[in-house]
Amino acid sequence: MKLSEAASIAWEAILKNKVRSFLTMLGIIIGVAAVIIMVAISAGTEATIQEQITSLGSNLVFIQGSMKRGGPGQAPSGGLVFDDAAAIEEGVSGVTSVVVEQNSSSNIKYSDLTLADISILGTTSGFPSVRDMEIADGRYFTDKEIDRKQKMVVLGAALATELFGEEDPINQIITVGTTKMTVIGVMAEKGLVGTTNYDSYIFMPITVVFQKFTPSQFARFLGDSIRMIYVEVDPDENIEDIITQTRLLLVKRHDLTLDTADFTVTTQQDIISTQESTTSAFRSLLAWVAGVSLIVGGIGIMNIMLVSVTERTREIGIRQSVGATPDDIRLQFLTEALMLSVVGGLIGIGVGIGGAYIFGSLSDMRTVVQLGSVALAFGSAAIVGAFFGYYPANQAAKLDPIEALRYE
Amino acid sequence: MNAQRKIIETVDITKVYGMGDISVAALSGVSITIAAGEFVAIMGQSGSGKSTLMHILGCLSRPTSGQYFLDGEDVSQLNKVQLAGVRNHKIGFIFQSYNLLARTSALRNVTLPLLYDHSNPRKQEEADAKAEKLLEMVGLSGRIHHQPHELSGGQQQRVAIARSLINDPVLVIGDEPTGNLDSHSGEEIMNLLHTLHAQGTTIVMVTHDPKIAAHTQRTISLLDGKVDFITHNGHNNTQQKQVKHETV
Repeated sequence: MKLSEAASIAWEAILKNKVRSFLTMLGIIIGVAAVIIMVAISAGTEATIQEQITSLGSNLVFIQGSMKRGGPGQAPSGGLVFDDAAAIEEGVSGVTSVVVEQNSSSNIKYSDLTLADISILGTTSGFPSVRDMEIADGRYFTDKEIDRKQKMVVLGAALATELFGEEDPINQIITVGTTKMTVIGVMAEKGLVGTTNYDSYIFMPITVVFQKFTPSQFARFLGDSIRMIYVEVDPDENIEDIITQTRLLLVKRHDLTLDTADFTVTTQQDIISTQESTTSAFRSLLAWVAGVSLIVGGIGIMNIMLVSVTERTREIGIRQSVGATPDDIRLQFLTEALMLSVVGGLIGIGVGIGGAYIFGSLSDMRTVVQLGSVALAFGSAAIVGAFFGYYPANQAAKLDPIEALRYE
Repeated sequence: MNAQRKIIETVDITKVYGMGDISVAALSGVSITIAAGEFVAIMGQSGSGKSTLMHILGCLSRPTSGQYFLDGEDVSQLNKVQLAGVRNHKIGFIFQSYNLLARTSALRNVTLPLLYDHSNPRKQEEADAKAEKLLEMVGLSGRIHHQPHELSGGQQQRVAIARSLINDPVLVIGDEPTGNLDSHSGEEIMNLLHTLHAQGTTIVMVTHDPKIAAHTQRTISLLDGKVDFITHNGHNNTQQKQVKHETV
């Protein structure tokens, strides 16, 4: 029997039982579509993260304080303090600018509207530049205003809309916690940076945050605690040297050793690799889940093919009596299983690509259909069909012609 | 036997089912010869071994021992694949229950054996032309695209006869071909077999009905897995002479 003949017999058998064939294919359709959509979503997410990380600006070193409890009788070590920033700027060569941030949160009130638990970011004047953020309206605060602890704030884009709607926020007075402060600017929309949504933040001079939101009884002895120092490095300098210098300087200032350091230093590159390893783990998990559904689809095919072989025992006997060899019978049923999975795979590709497109346009997640995933899903479907089709086909081929002809 | 070409020659064939102590002999030493162009009936009660003999003659199974020469070729030791080839090239089957493929046109049913003719692949048009000719011969030229459920029993059996002839077999085997038919349709089918016989086809027919067997030239009666006696039927089915067969 030629392959084309086997294919046409298989096609007729599939058409004779349209509903059953479709239900059998459904497992494969869902499996293939799931692989394509899952990979499209994770590829879209990865692309978005990549863009965001690149938009942070390069040559940036992040120093993050890690809170450590002191031993018995010792004051808790607060990690980074405000004066560390100035020390780095003066003591480490190759540093072009140093920016500091400290976080808090508070309620915000404007006229009748109160927003609870808004994230506060106290920064120095270089913040918009190192984080690559634009001012949409008004301005950011200056170093002089920071020194004078001026009660002024800049609003994230989403927060500004929420508080003021159509109204112009500039020069309006809002109450942050219990402190009245003047709005001097609104940031341009930024979107998610990593997991941080700066659009809903309120920005204020770091000195005001120290004074009003994170006062500490130890500040007098240890200095004002801060969360993060951004160090922007001259692109011509060796970044590793600068990191080493910075670490040595800080442990000396904190009276610690490199092993007991109360801070961590990461670079842009570190963040990218961390993100990549998370998304690739995420991606392979999704691929496994989708792969499992493909296998389930394959088991569905095997199930139906076994039923089909039993139902068509008589037909097999007839074919054997007129000269079909075991190979002919095996080929016929294998082709049918393969065709179910291939047709299911093709429909699954359509559903997957369409689904990824619809999902991408209906939700705020980005989807990028990966050609590789389409090929992989389709190839797996075909392999699954052949694998799970072989056993039933072999059962059919092994039937004894006399027994098969007697089958009622 | 004369020097005529022998289509079937079995030499002391046996068929034993089961293994070891609990084995049952369905055939215990059957030697028969059927010449080209003969029309022979095999008769016997159920359990006589006639079905087993038919399966062996039709190459659907192999004898446990003994030899079976089909058209001069020893087919008693062939494997499954080779037996399939022999069925495909040399044998045509007509079954009691027609055994047509459901939801498949008469034409496709008739061409089915050609699908498995690996040594001589034919073009579809060629196969169709041959099948149409055969369907015309069995009187179904107007129904070539009908499916089995659209045909009467007699018509279905005629499709099966056309199918049994598509590969120009050296032997046509009928297994109670009129068993499922009313007497009128049965008569028509027997007439058709007579026509084939007149054209030179060798036909072996298994039946339990003496009236049907009387249509043939010779009746081989089996009893308990052995040839009991052979009856030579007269042309007008009136004079019959019985010859006690010497069993080996």
